[in-house]
Amino acid sequence: MMPDLGKYAEAVLSSYAVSIVLLVVLVWASLHRARRVRKQLEDVETKVKRDG
Amino acid sequence: MNLNTLWAYANPKKFIQATDRVLPVISILAVLSLVVGLVWGFFFTPEDYRQGSTVKIIYLHVPSALMAINAWLMMLVTSLVWIVRRHHVSALAARAAAPVGAVMTLIALATGAIWGQPMWGTWWAWDPRLTSFLILFLFYLGYIALWEAIEDDDTAADLTSILCLVGSVFALLSRYAVNFWNQGLHQGASLSLDKEENVADVFYYPLLVCIAGFVLLFIALVFLRTQTEIRARRMRALLARERMG
Repeated sequence: MMPDLGKYAEAVLSSYAVSIVLLVVLVWASLHRARRVRKQLEDVETKVKRDG
Repeated sequence: MNLNTLWAYANPKKFIQATDRVLPVISILAVLSLVVGLVWGFFFTPEDYRQGSTVKIIYLHVPSALMAINAWLMMLVTSLVWIVRRHHVSALAARAAAPVGAVMTLIALATGAIWGQPMWGTWWAWDPRLTSFLILFLFYLGYIALWEAIEDDDTAADLTSILCLVGSVFALLSRYAVNFWNQGLHQGASLSLDKEENVADVFYYPLLVCIAGFVLLFIALVFLRTQTEIRARRMRALLARERMG
């Protein structure tokens, strides 16, 4: 299944590894911050409503 | 859709409602396109007669480079909208796009260096396109740092918009540097709108799928991150109001 990359295997595989890691980190960081900010806003809105 | 309909999305609530509806579909399409394009390109395309298997790097390098430039151009448009119309959502969309563009630029630089080593015999050269891309990356970092450094959102939006206008020169240079200076190691554009065939069909079609994947991923991330920026801004406003009274 794995294609024969010959003498350039290291270059090709490292390109894919670096890019996929960067994309995964970007997506994870975006989702993580989205969840965190949404929760913080809910808490602040609840507090503001409670305090009048 | 006329322009008045478009301005309606400058309302933060309406923007969140509208993007919430389309975000799942765009995200699924982005993942599908990326998986199909990269698997097709990596496993089912032949070696190039000159570049050998390194041609497979094209499926990451070209789409990320394309998005690095277009992300900045999107930031330019939304910054201009902020300067002219003072819509907060547009300034926040530019802020949301910057880290995505920075990562795309980093991928383009990294894959370019890895590809350049076996093909040119060097990781890096002060070639017009490479240098303008590096400067574009530094502009991304400066833009992100400027947003973080200024407490007042409106002042930050004003100053980052000006920085974005200046950086646009380098975004355009990154695209056209090869044509301007006709020197250096980097080849001309791999894709163009004219009839000239720069890439053989066997590489071209999976490349188009990968580009679609990167574009959709960019849109999905910008929508998600803009929603987050809108919520963060509302939170700061509520906290400030509470402190005042």
